[in-house]
Amino acid sequence: MNVRVLLLAIFWANQALTQGFSGLGTEAEGFAMPDPQHVISFPQDHGAHPDFRIEWWYLTATLEGDDGAQYGVQWTLFRSAMRPGEGEGWQSPQVWMGHAAVTSAEEHHVAERLARGGIGQAGVISTPFETFIDDWQMLATGAGLEDMTVRARGADFAYDLALHATGPIVLQGDRGYSVKSPGGQASHYFSQPFYEVSGVVTLPDGPVAVTGQGWLDREWSSQPLAEDQSGWDWFSLSFDTGARLMGFGLRGAALFTSATWIAPDGTPTPYGDGALQLTPLNHVEIEGREVPTEWRVALPVRGVDVTVEALNPQAWMGVSFPYWEGPISIAGSHTGRGYLEMTGY
Amino acid sequence: MALLTLLSHWRRHPGQLVTLMLGLALATALWSGVQAINEEARQSYARAAASVTAQSYDRLVTPDGQPVPMADYIALRRAGWLVSPVIGGHVQIGAERWRLLGIDPLTAPQGILPQAAGESLVDPTAFLTGPGQAFVTPGVNIVSDQREMPNFVPVEGIAPGLILTDLSVAARLLDQQDPSFLTILPDQPAGLPALAEVTSLTRQQPSEDRDLSRLTQSFHLNLTAFGFLSFAVGLFIVHSTIGLAFEQRRPVFRTLRALGLPLGRLVGALMVEVTGIALIAGSVGVFLGYFVAAALLPDVAGTLRSLYGADIGGSLAFRPLWAGVGLLIAMLGAWLSAAQAVWKVARMPLLAPAQPRAWAMASAKGRRWQVAGALALFGTSGVAGATGGSLIAGFLCLGALLLGAALMLPPVVSLILAGLSRMVRGALPEWILADTRQQLPGLSLALMALLLALSANVGVSTMVGSFRQTFLGWLNQRLVSELYVTAASNGQAEEIRAMLAPMVDATLPIAYAESRIAGAPGRVYGVADHATYREYWPMIVSVPHVWDALAAGQVALINEQLSLREGLSPGDPVRLTNGLTLPVGGVYSDYGNPTGQAMIALSLLRDRFDDVQEQRTAIRIDPERRGAVIATLQDRFDLPDGAVVDQERVKQASIDVFDQTFRVTGALNVLTLAVAGFALLASLMTLATMRLPQVAPLWALGQTRARLAWIELGRSLGLVLITWAVALPVGLALAWVLLAVVNVVAFGWRLPMMLFPLDWVRLLGLAVLSSALAAAYPALGLLRMPPAHLLKVFSNER
Amino acid sequence: MVRVETVSKTYRSGEGPVAVLSDVSLSVGSKETVALTGESGSGKSTLLHLIGGLDLPDKGSITLDGQEITALGDTARATVRRDTVGLVFQQFNLVPSLTVAQNIALQARLAGRFDAALTQRLIDRLGLSGMQQRYPEQLSGGQQQRVAIGRTLANHPKVVLADEPTGNLDEDTGDAVMSLMLDLVAESGAALIMATHSNRLAARFSRRVHLSRGRLEAA
Ligand SMILES: Nc1ncnc2c1ncn2[C@@H]1O[C@H](COP(=O)(O)OP(=O)(O)O)[C@@H](O)[C@H]1O
Ligand SMILES: [Mg+2]
Repeated sequence: MNVRVLLLAIFWANQALTQGFSGLGTEAEGFAMPDPQHVISFPQDHGAHPDFRIEWWYLTATLEGDDGAQYGVQWTLFRSAMRPGEGEGWQSPQVWMGHAAVTSAEEHHVAERLARGGIGQAGVISTPFETFIDDWQMLATGAGLEDMTVRARGADFAYDLALHATGPIVLQGDRGYSVKSPGGQASHYFSQPFYEVSGVVTLPDGPVAVTGQGWLDREWSSQPLAEDQSGWDWFSLSFDTGARLMGFGLRGAALFTSATWIAPDGTPTPYGDGALQLTPLNHVEIEGREVPTEWRVALPVRGVDVTVEALNPQAWMGVSFPYWEGPISIAGSHTGRGYLEMTGY
Repeated sequence: MALLTLLSHWRRHPGQLVTLMLGLALATALWSGVQAINEEARQSYARAAASVTAQSYDRLVTPDGQPVPMADYIALRRAGWLVSPVIGGHVQIGAERWRLLGIDPLTAPQGILPQAAGESLVDPTAFLTGPGQAFVTPGVNIVSDQREMPNFVPVEGIAPGLILTDLSVAARLLDQQDPSFLTILPDQPAGLPALAEVTSLTRQQPSEDRDLSRLTQSFHLNLTAFGFLSFAVGLFIVHSTIGLAFEQRRPVFRTLRALGLPLGRLVGALMVEVTGIALIAGSVGVFLGYFVAAALLPDVAGTLRSLYGADIGGSLAFRPLWAGVGLLIAMLGAWLSAAQAVWKVARMPLLAPAQPRAWAMASAKGRRWQVAGALALFGTSGVAGATGGSLIAGFLCLGALLLGAALMLPPVVSLILAGLSRMVRGALPEWILADTRQQLPGLSLALMALLLALSANVGVSTMVGSFRQTFLGWLNQRLVSELYVTAASNGQAEEIRAMLAPMVDATLPIAYAESRIAGAPGRVYGVADHATYREYWPMIVSVPHVWDALAAGQVALINEQLSLREGLSPGDPVRLTNGLTLPVGGVYSDYGNPTGQAMIALSLLRDRFDDVQEQRTAIRIDPERRGAVIATLQDRFDLPDGAVVDQERVKQASIDVFDQTFRVTGALNVLTLAVAGFALLASLMTLATMRLPQVAPLWALGQTRARLAWIELGRSLGLVLITWAVALPVGLALAWVLLAVVNVVAFGWRLPMMLFPLDWVRLLGLAVLSSALAAAYPALGLLRMPPAHLLKVFSNER
Repeated sequence: MVRVETVSKTYRSGEGPVAVLSDVSLSVGSKETVALTGESGSGKSTLLHLIGGLDLPDKGSITLDGQEITALGDTARATVRRDTVGLVFQQFNLVPSLTVAQNIALQARLAGRFDAALTQRLIDRLGLSGMQQRYPEQLSGGQQQRVAIGRTLANHPKVVLADEPTGNLDEDTGDAVMSLMLDLVAESGAALIMATHSNRLAARFSRRVHLSRGRLEAA
């Protein structure tokens, strides 16, 4: 079986394929729709929302090793529902997918895991918080999401990290309701961008002790993209000032951008379409595609005008549906480090 | 223009054209039909080898064969081991029983489904949820019953008889949540805990004894040999027809040459003609071949299933490559048949007179060469038979024997006729014999074809008959117990034995363990010490007091296959498993089993082997009381249908399997004989046109047409009789080679040869009937011929 | 010996009926030799075939040695042919699979009146002495016709019917064969009817008749 074909269709990353299945993600399918009135509350919203079509728990971390080298680490659990709700055993309509990656300037290691719901091979528990697929896991060691451990393993790499939050959880968009297109497509979206990270990354050359910063994104929806949108470029920037900037652009008939300025104390200020300016500067060719790995990111209202550049331009995620994900460095009006995700290339 | 002139011949002799086409088409049909069957089987084996069922991956199973608890699966996954669950079983849908395999596409190894399945997966959601989807081989029609069935999607590359679907569908249809086994993916992450620390499941290597293409090689070689034989017989027709047509056109060739047509152009035109005819006839042949294959395939499938457990579908795919090869073969055959004739034309002196009889006479000169060739072939056959230990050598031995006999036939017939003509008195008998001898070269190709078909028939039917007789005797020895019970587990079997012990004469566990015997996969059986074995077991050779030694655990018995394959005789040590090697105490016959087998004392088996299977029990009991015991068993234990069978049913099933096995052989036999009959008809018809100058003078001298017609008919029958008489010893020699050489290599057992004279008489009847039919037409033509037609022979205008 | 009365014969061919003989009558006594002349296609062969019982006329009757063969069935006519008639054709007279000796003896043996001495004498007279064991195709045309004559006479025929027996031979050979035949027929006492279109040969016969446009005229 070509599992990739299967997954391309189940997960919505490839818009063209998704459109092949008429009406997926519409209310007629019975999926719950993001609701601007919904008040995000914990711990319930740490857990899964099986009535929504897609959902993810997305951790990225920019790290420095005791060897002086820079690293990036990704740990993601995706949930996708083929039908709303849960089912017994093998009959469950829920499909889980884990992605893990370690990136350095020279190397990029990726692993992927898939599991069906209903049998305990993968899942999320809200209290005490725990997400897992196979032997990969991200779980809270205390209350809420403040202290966690994260681990994953691939054929040629592994990592085991401890996280400690130094700031509050941040609601994106309008109190956690994040609009994705002029037509009103939206998702529920919140982040914890204030993790301090320490732990060990094991590469083919051996283990490396690492420290750095981490950023957790939580998002769920049933129809995140409009029909004409082909992909997005998503930035999470941690400035040396302690402020954070989340910004994304959805590429459609017109570019749709959105940004959240996060003060060092965690106070968010959302900015709607057009406030954030994204300009690709340099493309590299990866597997026959032109991917921009250097960008100009400007949020003039906040005086931000920076150039971001990939630590490793070849940070390609060659998984079931391929995308680009890797650490970046920031220069210009602000300095710091961050993560860049680009899909649909 | 030259071509048109040449082709006009066929308009004037449509019968010849039909004969030629039909001969070539038949030859191509049988040959390509057999090829189509072989190709279909090969594809099935390849498919089977590519699917999970071929056990291409290591597996994790429970020691007792029960499903793997879900918790064990999850524990392995949560420990990081990449294992994938499979739920397998059999389902009855309508009248058909299917093998059902549910996989988890999310964790299964890449490429577990054929490419086509992935591509036809238009809606993966539909595969994973709801009623689901199931892949089956194209061309099957599954009639759904009341249960909630998945949508069946035909896909190239799925093994026949298999339903491949999602785990969720299999779980529902089989009512089983826990995986039947876990597939271990070949690439595992680094730094995993050892498997034994994570699970108590047992790891199973993929087994090697299911290499179907190797097992079935002999069967397919057999088919190929038959196809080739038919092809050769068909080419005999083509050769003689082309030869005659060329000879009859010699005046035309001469005229064309005299008119200034260069020799090269003439030969070229002839080649174009032959090629054109071959293309048309070949197409017809390929077309027919497809139907031959389609008609035979169900039988072939049955044979392969019963003999080797190999599943090939009952439906046939049309493959352009195969059709192309069939056409090519037809072309090669036609060229081969025409080569001699074209060569003669090329060397023909410009002014040679047309003399159709010279053509008939010409091969008489080659008689000495024929004898020499035949002797050389007999030599080859002998050498191949004596030295060869391989299937190829066996078939070479057969082929050379047959061809040699065919070549030898005309000299032998001519010798017999010469002897007869010295014995008979009377003008008419003398004329008949003299005339027959002269006619012989023209008929000999057809007679040779008939000889091939008849000897093949005698040989194969003697082989099958001997096999069957031996097999029946062996079944009677081997199946002595009155009842056979199959329990669900070893434990239940033990309970059954305990319960039955006081009610019956004996309960004999049928216990075995899979092992590697002398290095190759095979089963080791454990036998209780009981008179049943001592009295009836079909032993071929043994040491004295073998049963006492066996009961004492001092010797092992092995089957004939193993003994022949490894060259083991009583006294030789045979390795039964790690750390257990025993001397061979005896060799027993074990027909129908392609693998090696050994028998040791039951207690020894239980002591020294893991995973001993003891579900089956043989029960000795007064046949009168069978019914009561069966009733008790079904009362006390929840045994499914077929768990208790009596001796007759096992025997009947075995005999059915046996007969099924040789059904195809029988069908091909008949087809070959039919082609040979046609060859005879073709030859007689073409000769009939040349017979007038021979017959007309006798008619003019006062013989009636009716009498001459009877003579013609009788002569053909006489020739067939002689051919049959020659075919008998050749066929018996063939049978001997099949039994003593080919069988030993192909199956691993030697069989005694038995004679079935009644079959020979039946064959003679068949041959006489077919040749009478073949000869009747020309004879009838002579009977009805108007005198004016006969008179033309003498007329001036001729 | 031979009486042909108002015999007519019409062939039905592709181009319509061809009337070959119309009301032909002819009477030939024993020991008489008759030359039958006429152009090619005039019906000479047809008439001889009818007299020999090889074919049947549409109309009229033919009597051979007192037997009306036109009234006989196939088998009986074959017997008359075997016992009474000797036939010599222009070509293909011989059975290819039998030797010269066997061919000469064939008809006499079939009729059951084989006479070894007579046969040997004929072989000598025909100049075939060294050739008894040869096959027809190993003989020249003249030799083949001599074998055919020998075969005919070895059977003591009452009537010899010869259809242009020298037509395929060169003049010298033809003359030699012809002389031999006339001598031997005279010796045997049989009647002879021979078709020929050579007037030179016809001159040596006791009677000459001419076929023209289906009618027989005395020449
Ligand atoms: N079997 C036949 N069918 C039709 N026409 C024939 C047949 N045999 C002879 N004829 C025709 O009858 C005529 C007489 O032929 P034939 O007796 O052979 O003549 P002759 O021997 O004088 O040359 C010829 O025109 C010939 O073409
Ligand atoms: Mg004539």
